[in-house]
Amino acid sequence: MDYGVSDATGGNRQYRAIKILLAGGFGVGKTTLVGAVSEIRPLRTEEPLTEGSLRTDSTSGVEGKTTTTVAMDFGRISLRSDLVLYLFGTPGQQRFWFMWDELAIGALGAVVLADTRRLADSFPAIDYFERRQIPFIVALNCFEGARQYDTEDVRRALDLEPDMPIILCDARSKESAKEVLICLVEHVLMAADQPLSGIA
Amino acid sequence: MPSNEERWLDAEAGPVVRPYALTQGRTRHTGESFDLVATVRATRAFADPGSLAPEHLSVLQLARVPTTVADIAADVDLPLGVVRVILADLRELGLIVISVPMVMAERVDKHTLREVLNGLRSL
Repeated sequence: MDYGVSDATGGNRQYRAIKILLAGGFGVGKTTLVGAVSEIRPLRTEEPLTEGSLRTDSTSGVEGKTTTTVAMDFGRISLRSDLVLYLFGTPGQQRFWFMWDELAIGALGAVVLADTRRLADSFPAIDYFERRQIPFIVALNCFEGARQYDTEDVRRALDLEPDMPIILCDARSKESAKEVLICLVEHVLMAADQPLSGIA
Repeated sequence: MPSNEERWLDAEAGPVVRPYALTQGRTRHTGESFDLVATVRATRAFADPGSLAPEHLSVLQLARVPTTVADIAADVDLPLGVVRVILADLRELGLIVISVPMVMAERVDKHTLREVLNGLRSL
C-alpha cells in the first residue's frame, strides 16, 4: 500500500511530492516555463569544486574551499493539499550533472526543452535520460523569429524513437506549459502500461 | 524579483554570517541521506528554544506542517547543504521526522500518475 490513506475522508493522506525534471541547453526557456505554470522558488545549492574548476576558478586565499554556491530554481504546483508537483530545472552545463543524478532518483519523468535553432544543445540531456531509462518527452520552445520545423524533421535530427512525443510549446504561456506537463504524464502512463517498451 | 541594480543592498549583498558557520563548519550531515523532496515533519517532542540556534528553530517552525527539504531551503534562504546539516541535527534530537518520498528508487505508480494528470487538467 503506497498511498498511506488512513481514513475514508482522505483527511489524513500522506503528503506526496512528485519530481519532474526540466532539462535543456542554456537560455532555452527552462526558468520561463517553470515560472509560467508554477510558483517559482529560489534554491541555493553547492557544487563541489572539481580539479577542472579549481584550475579555472581562482581559489587562492581560500584553499580550504571545496564547494561553490550555485543558484537554482524550482517550481511548485499544488495539485491538492497532499499532492504537490516539483519542477526542477536542471542546469544545462555538464559540470552540474552530479546534481542531475540526485534529482533523477524517483522522478516521474523529464521534459527536454529544445530550441530548433540550437538542437544540438539538447543532445546531452536526451542522452542522459535515455541511458538511465528515465521517461521523457521533447518540447520545442517556439521562439519568435525562429523557423517553424516539422516535428518529424526534429525527430530525425534528434534520432528519437517513433513513439517519443514531441510537442510544440510557448514557454511563456501557462496553458502551453500545462500541455507540456500533461503530455509527459500521459507518455509515462502509456509506458507504464507497456512495461517492456521503455527498455532499450 | 529584485532588479539588477549596481549597488548590492540587504540580501543582495550576501549573508552576514558565512553559511557554514551556522553548522560549525560541518558540510556533511549525519545519518541516512534524504532527497530534495523528502517530507519533513516536526514531532511532538518538546524542543527547548534556549538550546537551539535561531536557524534550527526557524527550520523546526517550518516543519510544523509537512513540507519538503527543497521548500525549507527556499524558505530559510540558506544553501541546501546547510539546511541538510540542520535537518539532520533536528532529526538526531528527535524533533523532526524525515520521510523518504514514496516514489524513491521506483517509478511513480499508475494511480498517482492518474491523479497528477487529473490535477494538471483542472489547473
